[in-house]
Amino acid sequence: MTATTTHDAHHDEIPTGIKRWLFTTNHKDIGTMYLWFSFTMLLIGGMFALVIRAELFQPGLQIVDPNFFNMMTTLHGLVMVFGAIMPAFVGLANWQVPMMIGAPDMALPRMNNWSFWILPFAGILLLAPMFFGGNFSSGQGPAFGWTFYEPLSGQYDKLVFFVFAVHLLGFSSIMGSINIIATILNMRAPGMSLMKMPMFVWTWLITAFLLIAVMPVLAGVVTMMLTDKYFGTSFFDAAGGGDPVLFQHVFWFFGHPEVYIMILPAFGVVSEIIPTFARKKLFGYASMVYATASIAFLSFIVWAHHMFTVGMPVAGELYFLYATVLIAVPTGVKIFNWVSTMYRGSMTFETPMLWALCFVILFTIGGFSGLMLGVAPADFQYHDTYFVVAHFHYVLVSGSLFAIFAAVYFWLPKWTGNMYNTTLASWHFWLSTIAMNLTFFPMHFTGLAGMPRRYSDYPIQFTEFNAISSIGAFIFGFSQLIFLYLVIKTIKGGEKATDKVWEGSHGLEWTLASPAPYHSFVTAPEVK
Amino acid sequence: MKLPFKRMTQTISTLLLMIVSGSVLAEYKLNFQEPVTALGQEIFDLHMLVFWICVWIAVAVFAVMFYSMYAHRKSRGAVSADFHENTTVEIIWTIVPFIILLSVAIPATSTLIDIEDASDSDLTIKVTGLQWKWKYEYDADGTPVSFISSLNPEHKLASARNSGVDVTKIKNYLLEVDNMMVIPVNKKVRLLVTSDDVIHSWWVPAFATKKDAIPGYVNEIWTKVEKVGIYRGQCAELCGKDHAFMPIVVKVVEEAEYNTWLAARKVEAVAAAAEAASDKVWSKEELIARGEKIYMGKGGCFGCHGANGEGVAVFPKLAGSAIATGPAEGHIDIVKNGKPGTAMAAFSSQLNDLELASVITFERNSWGNTASVVQPADIKAAR
Repeated sequence: MTATTTHDAHHDEIPTGIKRWLFTTNHKDIGTMYLWFSFTMLLIGGMFALVIRAELFQPGLQIVDPNFFNMMTTLHGLVMVFGAIMPAFVGLANWQVPMMIGAPDMALPRMNNWSFWILPFAGILLLAPMFFGGNFSSGQGPAFGWTFYEPLSGQYDKLVFFVFAVHLLGFSSIMGSINIIATILNMRAPGMSLMKMPMFVWTWLITAFLLIAVMPVLAGVVTMMLTDKYFGTSFFDAAGGGDPVLFQHVFWFFGHPEVYIMILPAFGVVSEIIPTFARKKLFGYASMVYATASIAFLSFIVWAHHMFTVGMPVAGELYFLYATVLIAVPTGVKIFNWVSTMYRGSMTFETPMLWALCFVILFTIGGFSGLMLGVAPADFQYHDTYFVVAHFHYVLVSGSLFAIFAAVYFWLPKWTGNMYNTTLASWHFWLSTIAMNLTFFPMHFTGLAGMPRRYSDYPIQFTEFNAISSIGAFIFGFSQLIFLYLVIKTIKGGEKATDKVWEGSHGLEWTLASPAPYHSFVTAPEVK
Repeated sequence: MKLPFKRMTQTISTLLLMIVSGSVLAEYKLNFQEPVTALGQEIFDLHMLVFWICVWIAVAVFAVMFYSMYAHRKSRGAVSADFHENTTVEIIWTIVPFIILLSVAIPATSTLIDIEDASDSDLTIKVTGLQWKWKYEYDADGTPVSFISSLNPEHKLASARNSGVDVTKIKNYLLEVDNMMVIPVNKKVRLLVTSDDVIHSWWVPAFATKKDAIPGYVNEIWTKVEKVGIYRGQCAELCGKDHAFMPIVVKVVEEAEYNTWLAARKVEAVAAAAEAASDKVWSKEELIARGEKIYMGKGGCFGCHGANGEGVAVFPKLAGSAIATGPAEGHIDIVKNGKPGTAMAAFSSQLNDLELASVITFERNSWGNTASVVQPADIKAAR
């Protein structure tokens, strides 16, 4: 990735050393930094998850105290959502969007640099309070759940660190989104109309609009928390005439589109991979675009299904029930389209395809539990139990994260110019998939049987399934080290990849040399 | 560490046995608890309806997918077709799921309307969530009867790291309280659910009732239990450190037994109120003895400040603390009024004057602290 030469003589040499990374405006460098940042956060968030699973391996407290446990669940969620999944997709967009639309770079390269470099500081602000208080067991990190519900979060005395971390994350996301929209709308190669764009580009365009719409809402809600805590306002404090439920409405107005922000680009990735390895055009391209847009629209009008138990009027509950289950329709269209793409194709099962197929199956399972959760009367039983935990890990781990892995295995040869070791890749895939199901499938049962989520200790009858989940989690966690080793090994060398890399490759990025030159598409290609 | 592995082996072999024999052993719960209310049964049926719909759709979709993966693979010589859209098919698979969803939405609507209809109830109980216990308030013919229901402190102590107790030996671990909520069988009981601090959620799985307890809100739910017995649930909304340690235990009894119980509670309530209101000056020993019980029980103070006043994690210690050894006024103020913006509650809504005086005196004269004795009269004067 680093040792490429420019094919355009008048460009400067690639700067070397730390300056290259600090001052870079190159979409490929910035994409690389996003991806490494996100992988680092994945490992950090993963360690938090392993602390949780180790503690829950058996009933009674063995490793941490309840407050520290809550800190782990909180930081695990925040780090994974804002540190791992979102930046990984922005990293993929940085690398791929210009190459897929035939643009030389992102539209706003300096802002691109800034939107990345804000992130590490946001991460430091978020994690630093963990180390306050001298020793680790009295760490003072946030311990109010990743949803930071008021008034509980108002009891946290280092709240300001959390609020400013979220502000910075918001700035970063908004700048990233503006950049992606500006690039897609202005810099497409001649002939590439909107309805000729690759699905990955389409899904990112829609995601970027979602981000711009909801990140300010998130910034707003944390600012209200800030003034409540330090400047005497009472937005969410009932004692001062405020309303704790208002917090949840505002938070989930951000939060629901947020979950689609984490899954729409995954849909895009899978829509690139399946046609490639089925050697058949994506079935129902136009309906895929419309389904994505419908999902994005619906995501704004279903937020209160996260809060059926707060005591809404029955009319409100009915409305949110209907709107929520309606999402199953466009989501179903997508799954049917993928299956139809495979039908009567000519399929092979290279690593990216394995991940993509696994995505389709497991994401569908997560979608089904989502449908069940949308049915309000039944949700009263599922709400805040491990059933919910099982649901969102099926859509976020075997959904978003697996799609990210699929994307990396798909495009890594293009990025590095080297083919990876497919045996190692298979190990990574099979261990991750089996361990993922071992971890999260039993959580459906623990949840239905009645175990509430975010519990540091639990009654004896939940022991067995918790033990199984914990074993699965450790296998899953350590399997990711295979991926780390594989990627480093591939960057360093390996069998040279062809320009096309895959037999069924289609799209502009595969017309470039492997590895992709530092400055690509200096002259715009023609799309017919 | 030996134990869970043994149980694990048991689990795996049981699961295998289940698959072979097709029977589900009661000990390994894979689904909801058996409902004991009509509404619970309705919700259970709805849950199973949606579940089976999902299973059948999954079977259909995955069958096509696995068939393609098998039959249309390149290694079998499959050559890809070149169709990539079909408007009729696409319209069908938009409309059919929509109709399936209607078949779920209709029963869901009627169940939801039943859940939210708390009218014509036979009695009302107020439920207040507190960090980390529940308060139940009854109306006994005009006399308020209220009590705090908190986890058996032995369970909390056993849960702690290095407690040396094998929690798997404790009966109903984490599901036993000092004072159970009592309700009569076959009566429509309306619950008014609220909170004094952060959001909690009152949930008894066998009743299928869950409602958030939110400060500033009074939420309404109802239940009509059809079977006498003891039912256990837990707080379902993250409420801070001891979220996992505030169970709900409801004892459902025949109406006559309920009336006897409430009458006895009423007598106790009147006596306790009279005792707290009297001008009696208590001895230091009496106050300390009563205070210790409150510290370890009703007040739940040990949860944050430690069984030996040593403090837990980020929560302050009381042994040698400036407040617990300083002037009585400051100590009374923080216990009575709490510390806004922290988990320190205003205990004046949970404890009467005598109880406040006892627990404050206990804290001021334990673990090496030697400070003044606080009498109920001092609390009253500060009110």
